[in-house]
Amino acid sequence: MVTLSINGQQVQGVDGSSILEVAREHGIEIPTLCYHEALEPYGGCRLCVVELKAPRGPRLVASCVYPAEEGAVVETDSEIVHRSRRMTAELLLGAAPNAKVIQALAARMGVEKPRVSLSDNNCILCGLCVRACREIVGANAISLVNRGFTKEVSPPFEIGSNACVGCTTCVFLCPTGAIKLEEVLANRSVHHWDSDFEAVACKICGDHYLAPELAVDVEKVLSEENA
Amino acid sequence: MSFQPTFDASEIEDLLNGKRGGEHPSLMSVLEEVQARYRYLPQDALILISESMGVPLSQTYGVATFYNAFSLKPKGRHVINVCTGTACMVRGAKKVLERISDRLGIQPGETTEDGQFTLETVNCLGACALGPVVVADGAYSGEVTGAKANALLSKVMAEAKTV
Repeated sequence: MVTLSINGQQVQGVDGSSILEVAREHGIEIPTLCYHEALEPYGGCRLCVVELKAPRGPRLVASCVYPAEEGAVVETDSEIVHRSRRMTAELLLGAAPNAKVIQALAARMGVEKPRVSLSDNNCILCGLCVRACREIVGANAISLVNRGFTKEVSPPFEIGSNACVGCTTCVFLCPTGAIKLEEVLANRSVHHWDSDFEAVACKICGDHYLAPELAVDVEKVLSEENA
Repeated sequence: MSFQPTFDASEIEDLLNGKRGGEHPSLMSVLEEVQARYRYLPQDALILISESMGVPLSQTYGVATFYNAFSLKPKGRHVINVCTGTACMVRGAKKVLERISDRLGIQPGETTEDGQFTLETVNCLGACALGPVVVADGAYSGEVTGAKANALLSKVMAEAKTV
């Protein structure tokens, strides 16, 4: 166990946990966007920055990836933290002006109108979809491609990826709704990835919901369980 | 003379086998060799490399599009790079770039139809005191003027003819 101070409160955390994890365990709120409990921390959105005053610092660190150390002194609500988050929120609003999550976040941080306009889609490059596809689904159908202003989430060669199993985890996880799911009758397709296939009907309810590859996997697991 | 070396799957396989003989094969070094051989990364090569190395294609594609050293479009036999960083720009890089662009008849990022020349810009080469800097086939030239760019280009074009 490590003991550290967050906002003047002495708190304990398990060895190897991040500042964010310890803070949340003790009910101390830190905003996040690219963080998800089920995924490896990424440190991409920079909303979770906190001020580290000791043993190093003072400096801003991303609490989702910064380990909780013995004797650390952390502030999550100081002026420098708020200034940093406000700037991050403004940039995010510039990147995804129509996303409700971002609008709410910006309003909470006191940002009304972003001074910059960064893109016309709602993707904020948080990488949740890419990481879920890799870490949870294991399909590796999409990745972050290009660099700088042209960076985007895409399947290889920007054409439909046959690695996509149509599980729609990416659609579900996307915080800004940048990935669209359109259901047209029996044809379930994740349009953002240009992946288009006939969904397989459930044998019990008759509803069309599964990608063919996924249906084979499910049947395999079920037959193994029944064996 | 054929413009591009044609993609040969067995060549890529040989390359991968050679790599496996040594230490842990690195995706970057394989991609570098394919880029050097073909002057770009053919789609089929990326698929073959991914399958053979057990790296997801999405990851290989991500790496291939991230680095400037890699290109998914065939590059020319001779690559001319004009630095358009701030220092080079204020010292006249724009004129130099225009001169080269006009003479080759291509815009930055393009390759001439005969596959001989590619014109590129770079954001900074870290040699600001020498600006404007032009790199032709890896050779640096400093304090380049319009006239000097012309001479430089003539030299590269003459070399292109002899090969």
